[in-house]
Amino acid sequence: MSLWITMLAAGAITFAIRLSFIGAAGRIDAPAWFIRFLRFVPVAALSALVWPDLLVGDPGMLIMQPRLYAGLAAALVAWTTRNVMLTIATGMLALWLLQWLPGGA
Amino acid sequence: MSGARRSWRIEMRAGLVAIAPLALGSIPFGLIYGVLAIKAGLSPLLAIAVASLVFAGSAQFMITQLVAAGTPLLLILGSVMTINLRHALYSAALARHLAHLGYGWKALLAYLLTDEAYAASIKRFDETGAADNRHWFLLGAGLGLWCVWQISCIAGVALGGRIPAAWSLDFAGTLTFIAIVVPLLRDRPAWAAMAAAGLVAVAGQALPYKLAIMAAAIAGMLAGVAVERACKSSLETPA
Repeated sequence: MSLWITMLAAGAITFAIRLSFIGAAGRIDAPAWFIRFLRFVPVAALSALVWPDLLVGDPGMLIMQPRLYAGLAAALVAWTTRNVMLTIATGMLALWLLQWLPGGA
Repeated sequence: MSGARRSWRIEMRAGLVAIAPLALGSIPFGLIYGVLAIKAGLSPLLAIAVASLVFAGSAQFMITQLVAAGTPLLLILGSVMTINLRHALYSAALARHLAHLGYGWKALLAYLLTDEAYAASIKRFDETGAADNRHWFLLGAGLGLWCVWQISCIAGVALGGRIPAAWSLDFAGTLTFIAIVVPLLRDRPAWAAMAAAGLVAVAGQALPYKLAIMAAAIAGMLAGVAVERACKSSLETPA
């Protein structure tokens, strides 16, 4: 039940953010520092989610981190092709290969 | 041509055409979201409700990760707010063009204001011209994406229970984020934001309640702004 309330609130917050300046109808301009800050929101927030998932498990076992290598392979494909689907496909294939190799995690 | 007033039908159809490739590209993410939401323990009804309540792919993926990790609810809210803050940018960019509309229109278009709808519409809005029917373009783009997104999320929810855990499909969420972040690494400030956020997120793993995620996001933004300022001032300093 409380999860439902949380998701309702998450929806309300998202809507409020989207409405913010549209609702103010040009009476309020976004301050320049705020716009500068916002530019880094996607990079920072998503990186905060990605890195811990790539480096899960035993930090002493860096060699045995299939997610790290699969993630780096995907990043390389993303860098060269800018193709989202190809990035995901590469990462998943790499992870499966590394997991199913003999002695894999 | 660009200043001429076009009928609302033409505008709306043009919006649908413009969003079509982006909507097509969102289908796999909708499917993956649905699967991950079920794996994270959301009920099917809640998983589908989130897709229309929040209606933002990256935030929905993040919610599934945080719920699966047992994150306290208030921190889930804080994280959703942090990652969706970028929509304030889009709102600011469109505000001037929508100022003449009534509250109902503004609310509806704000609800439909996603990364994709913004990307598809901003060019049309920036064309010069008198007050016209361009809001119908955004409505067409927004509604087109909304329908495709809801259907693919529901399909993913239906698939959810049938996919074995050994497939590690949760990793697809992380890969989606990688695909979004990497093209954003265009300059030094962006790299700094990525590195700082990653460092704090990994170093802070011992912190309770997944606090590391919000701390890392804030650290990343501050690092980006700081490096941007440093780059600028080094440019302005005469050699």
